[in-house]
Amino acid sequence: MSEQAWLWVLMLVMGAITFAIRTAFLILPASTKLPETLERALKYVVAAVLPALVIPDVLFRAPPLGWAFDPVRLIAAAVAVGVALWTKNVLATLASGMAVLWLLKWLAWF
Amino acid sequence: MDSPRSAAWAGIKAQIPGTLGIIPFGLITGAASNAAGIDPWFAFVLSIIVYAGAAQLAAISLIAQHAPATVLLLTVTVINLRMLMYSAAVAPLFQHLNWRWKAAIGYTLTDNAFALMLAKFDRNSPHANSHWFYAGAAGYLWVVWQTTVGLGIFGGSKLPDSWNMEFAIPLFFLSLLLPALRTRCHWTTAVVAGLASIFTVALPFKLGLLVAAFVGMATGLLCEYRVKNNE
Repeated sequence: MSEQAWLWVLMLVMGAITFAIRTAFLILPASTKLPETLERALKYVVAAVLPALVIPDVLFRAPPLGWAFDPVRLIAAAVAVGVALWTKNVLATLASGMAVLWLLKWLAWF
Repeated sequence: MDSPRSAAWAGIKAQIPGTLGIIPFGLITGAASNAAGIDPWFAFVLSIIVYAGAAQLAAISLIAQHAPATVLLLTVTVINLRMLMYSAAVAPLFQHLNWRWKAAIGYTLTDNAFALMLAKFDRNSPHANSHWFYAGAAGYLWVVWQTTVGLGIFGGSKLPDSWNMEFAIPLFFLSLLLPALRTRCHWTTAVVAGLASIFTVALPFKLGLLVAAFVGMATGLLCEYRVKNNE
């Protein structure tokens, strides 16, 4: 097989693996009972996954630049958290965080 | 949310802020495959078949380096392993659906779609139209992703770095996280998972996320156990 054809086969395998992972629990029959500990742990999945996704992005600059601490992002995120708790509005949270980030970057530029 | 159509609209509307940060990420992913010298059509079909940003980026760079097939497949598997957790978490919402729905839901299950679903719905008491909400939110995200990846590949489009639009991703997740912290045990989970993510940030293949989430959930369980024993 040519290298190009082989790559297309690998692509299909990558797709199949990803699809299998994502559908694994979806396709279980409705009568399946997960272990009780797992079932209880899943109550905390959002509270555990989202900080783990957010905190590195807020504290550090993008990975290609090597995980340097970035206080500007931390301050912008802190303001956004305040706005989120106060307004409970997603767009207001995004707008305030982005505005503070842009303002601080602009000030730092001088 | 009373009809399939209004639920799908609600899903699209709820996902709009979430896609702001996805636009630069899609463009970068497209541009990265060009920079790596990957055949444009291969990169675009890869995006449609695999549909997982971090795994796509890793696959592109490994293919460009002529990495062995086992390394490529293992890397994609490990990076996507977190979705096993998402699959288990959202499953009760979709139990009643037929296999076509389940296949479509699985194919489009991303960080964003998972977080939005669990922020909007209680996994133990599904809403009759929650799958339509998901269809709107995840379908819209899919269109935005493939469009921006395509623009990155075929048009070489890119947003100016100085806009920092990718920062909209953590901000969107923060706005979903805060309302989900209903009890003291949820707060404890979030703080411990956040701290764990700092210490595991240097781990490759998104393993830091997996470790931090696991430590966080274990903390939540322990906390619940202690609260019950004190009652």
